[in-house]
Amino acid sequence: MADMTEMSLKDRLEESVKRYQQTGHYQGITRLELKETEPFRYEKVYSELRGALVSARETALHISASPIVRNIGELCFAFYTPEGDSVAVSTGIITHVHTMSEAIKFMIRQGYETNPGIKEGDIFCNNDPDLGNVHTTDVHTIIPIFWEGQLMGWAGGVAHQVDIGASTPGHDPVATANRFEDGFYVTAEKIGENHEVRKDFKIRAQRSVRTPLYWDLDEKCRIAGIYMVRDAVHRIIREEGFSYFQQFMLEAVEEGRQIFMARIQERLVPGIYQTASFMDAPYKGKAWHPEQNHDFMMHAPMTITIDAEGHFKLDMDGASGPGPFPFNASEGSMQGALWVQITQTLVYDGKVNDGSYLAAQHYFPPGSWCNPGNALLAYGTPWAYLIPAFTGMFRLLSRGYFARGYREEIVSGYGFTGDPTQGGGTLSNGAYFPVSNFELCAVGLGARGTMDGLDAAYAMWNPEADMGDAEVWETVESGLLYLSRRFKPDTAGYGRFRGGSGWESLRLVHGVKDLQLYSWREGRVFHGGAGLFGGYPGATGYRLFVKNTKFYEMVAQHQPYPLGDPDPAARELDTGLGGDCFVSRDALILPQPFQSGDVWLSLFSGGPGYGDPLERPAEDVVRDAEGNFYLPKTVERVFGVALGVDDQGQFSVQPDETDRLRRDILAEREKMSVPYQEFWERERQKILQKQLIEPVKRMYQESMTLSPQWSEKFKSFWSLPKTFAFELDNL
Amino acid sequence: MANDDENKKTVQALISGELPWAEMKDLMSGTKDPERFRVVRSILQSMVPFPEKILLPLTPHLFIVQKQSERIVKCDCGYEFGDYRTNWKYFSRVRVRDSEESLKSLYHPDQGVDPQWMELREFYCPGCFRLLETEAVPPGYPVVFDFQPDLDSFYRIWLKEPLD
Repeated sequence: MADMTEMSLKDRLEESVKRYQQTGHYQGITRLELKETEPFRYEKVYSELRGALVSARETALHISASPIVRNIGELCFAFYTPEGDSVAVSTGIITHVHTMSEAIKFMIRQGYETNPGIKEGDIFCNNDPDLGNVHTTDVHTIIPIFWEGQLMGWAGGVAHQVDIGASTPGHDPVATANRFEDGFYVTAEKIGENHEVRKDFKIRAQRSVRTPLYWDLDEKCRIAGIYMVRDAVHRIIREEGFSYFQQFMLEAVEEGRQIFMARIQERLVPGIYQTASFMDAPYKGKAWHPEQNHDFMMHAPMTITIDAEGHFKLDMDGASGPGPFPFNASEGSMQGALWVQITQTLVYDGKVNDGSYLAAQHYFPPGSWCNPGNALLAYGTPWAYLIPAFTGMFRLLSRGYFARGYREEIVSGYGFTGDPTQGGGTLSNGAYFPVSNFELCAVGLGARGTMDGLDAAYAMWNPEADMGDAEVWETVESGLLYLSRRFKPDTAGYGRFRGGSGWESLRLVHGVKDLQLYSWREGRVFHGGAGLFGGYPGATGYRLFVKNTKFYEMVAQHQPYPLGDPDPAARELDTGLGGDCFVSRDALILPQPFQSGDVWLSLFSGGPGYGDPLERPAEDVVRDAEGNFYLPKTVERVFGVALGVDDQGQFSVQPDETDRLRRDILAEREKMSVPYQEFWERERQKILQKQLIEPVKRMYQESMTLSPQWSEKFKSFWSLPKTFAFELDNL
Repeated sequence: MANDDENKKTVQALISGELPWAEMKDLMSGTKDPERFRVVRSILQSMVPFPEKILLPLTPHLFIVQKQSERIVKCDCGYEFGDYRTNWKYFSRVRVRDSEESLKSLYHPDQGVDPQWMELREFYCPGCFRLLETEAVPPGYPVVFDFQPDLDSFYRIWLKEPLD
């Protein structure tokens, strides 16, 4: 094969793609010669590189970082080949490892080597979702790494900003309808030379966001980290030799690909796996823009096909359309999400790099919400659609693990990392404070195939989930104090194994001159389809806050006040604080003014369940009740377990009554169910008799318009006329 | 032999959900036993009350089995759902929770779905009324065919075992 080092970067990238297409191997490498001849040396070099990346992350966030980055580690670092393929990654928000790869490839394809030039000491920055990012709040800093004058790789770091200067304060805006409200855009820009960020860029960036100090701290953090990576790479080259390291990089990526392919044949079963996820975007009556004033629903069908040779293809044909809201997800963000899911399930102990990305074929339909191909749309909060979409992927792979007997690998999905309390305000002393909360980075994991899901300890985009210390959030969000943090009963999906539990935070607005708050989560739909093998989905969220409370009077009079909303049927927050309690099933809320003494509830999701809840051992259900994971009445109704309570308030199982309850539930299933054919006819009539509401009809019509195949499948399933279409109000 | 017995005991505990966490972690972190499929299949075969050979476990209660010349989906209670290439849900009993009333026995309205936006479908075995799958979908959504395995390729190419 030709020596690529003499080629332009653009030609190298094209040649790399061509070699992969022709051979099915990264850069055409069919044999891992270094690994085969000196396996210990090869693994040592990989470990050194990986260790350098982890070390860079752990060190950099203590050198300089905003509280959001330092508190829960919302950053990561990665090392790339000259063509932009990741070789090794740190821990942290590694969903961005692939998005930075897309940004590097964008710069190469755009001919940056010629203009603006790529030379030693250059510093690049990107946060444009349309060419390789999730949302503008995730900011990449990338440097080329040279050795003896030759570009030999890239180091990249990404950190999540407290604020990106969107039309409303915060990191996940909800009121935006187009790109021009997304905030500060840096589109693959050269921001520094001679190892120094240009002063004019620094000034522009810091004047473009509401929290210039945090921007500055995070930029210094990323730069500190990527230079530590560069130094580590140089050290390894000095020890191992340049030609060894060049070959090592390529073999490591190819090995990542080979590991992924081997894992498929080792752990799955060939066939077709299908699921679908949904999300509500209820803007009607809330929107600030006329074009946004509708209720929307997201459709995320997902099919994974494993063929006889073990090739993996993920297909989202049938996805609904984009819209005038910030939930649109670029193709790059979907690729990043696919990659981060793969790294947590099939290849978590392998070489985690772009090798597995290359091996995972994917199709995100052009023109749909998950690949709009339209830079003018708003991309401020793609997570709202992207997170639900990928919960199905765990479930699909889990069907393969189950069939193959590897039950320890099963995960039935995950809770929704939603309800980020956001906004900003002014303290009574005139100081601005952001509200950019990230405690959502710890929701319930779905039930496993052998045990319950993790409680309050999972985030799909950051395998190192962490809710952070309340005290640190209070330091940043200094006008919003914590009254409580506690498990939220009945949020864990029911099942033989229950989902990991969700939880809640109760916040008090205190000492402010003004404050606006907003948030988003699913409210009208379960976000992730369902549970697995008879498990139920975890609970949805809702919106609750109380204004004009008597909180301060109650405190002055030493009266007890409510500490949460553990049982909505016996709610205390609606009357227990006085004032005006707002409750809505729409968890989505646009910015609203608040004043001191107001109280705000945040709800964090539980994971879906696994298996029939009637098969959950009664003793486990008792522990659920004792741990406040389920209310006693839920235990009885859903799990059919009769609880006794002693004088000390300790629960126990009433065996005879439990047997009777479980028999009753089985009998009720028989009574309330119908044969499939009857179900099919009833369901069909819902379509024919036009019983569907506007957002549901719109969702179907978008999917049918974007995909003739999905349209044909839909009409064929319900035996609808070929000319069938939904009638919609004008959008 | 002792190792085989030990392995079988571990897998039995894995299937019953009683494997202690420390051993589970070892299974997750360790090299996968390439014989796991055969071990699991053999244990499951000894647990079901019917003689047909299990070809593939689909769910904790459903199996694809060889019944004479047919390959059908069968529940461990003995109920037969038909050819595995047809969605077994078409032969199930279905309860649809598509009203506030039917949903509220599972979820408080604030924590459940709006039935105009989404319904909850429960698919039961007509023989034993075990809950086999749930679907949370908008009204009018086509029933999902969760998994259609390519049995021939799996046995002949991946397992290198005849599919009788």
